[in-house]
Amino acid sequence: MKPGHGEVLLAEGDPRVRSDEELLIEEFRRQLDGGMWAAVPTERPGSGRREAQMVRDYGEIPPEAQRVIFFPRASGG
Amino acid sequence: MLALLTVALMAMALAAFVLGPRLIGRLAARHKGAAAAQPAFDPGRERRAEQRARELLRSCVNDVEWAMYRDLGFIRVDGRPLPDAPSAEGAPAPYAYLIYPHKPIVAYVPETGRLLSEYCVNFPDVSGGGRTRLPASDDVLAKWMALTSDEARVIGRANMHLVGRQHDPGHVRRDIWRLSEWERLGAGRVGARAA
Repeated sequence: MKPGHGEVLLAEGDPRVRSDEELLIEEFRRQLDGGMWAAVPTERPGSGRREAQMVRDYGEIPPEAQRVIFFPRASGG
Repeated sequence: MLALLTVALMAMALAAFVLGPRLIGRLAARHKGAAAAQPAFDPGRERRAEQRARELLRSCVNDVEWAMYRDLGFIRVDGRPLPDAPSAEGAPAPYAYLIYPHKPIVAYVPETGRLLSEYCVNFPDVSGGGRTRLPASDDVLAKWMALTSDEARVIGRANMHLVGRQHDPGHVRRDIWRLSEWERLGAGRVGARAA
């Protein structure tokens, strides 16, 4: 059985600061290269409905996003 | 003053990436010759991981979905409107999914309660050689994110069966009934609190 970990903070920073952004991009690529999927939780304005947005490239991250969550790719069970 | 925008990159059950090699290396050194050193099961660590996973799930889904999971143990996600269906705001979804932790996703028709199929999908921890699995609430969150962001992709990867392969159809029907009762009695209250 897997030892429990839950969420782990991989990197954080201000994307408007060049050095921070480089760090975020590097970690983003590392996770995707490692076989993870990346998603950003979002909320539809007005409806209260929440959903996720898959991002395949750092540039696809919405500017207002506060976090990106990486999780293992789905496979048939 | 310019407010600082912080972007955090987070990972679910990813500690094996960050901590794993060091931890496994330590165990391997302690048990020389062991082919596959596995960290010992620690109920406290598992419980803490699940607690963190619940907090993360709660921060991503809305109040109604969170209350549903807390009270019933699963989350319903509505399916997309059918392409040829007339779009009507507030109309019931033509189909919906029930997301259970570490069990297949169930598709059904909310209007009639008819069970459609179960989709067996998992999210193997790539750092653990696929032998390990996410905490229960992380598994629910992964399914929720996958379904709400790219339903076709996750359903396309899943193994589809008639309901009954892993789920007890009677149990699922009872869950649908519990959900309808829960919504009738309490969803308005939850929604009002969420507003």
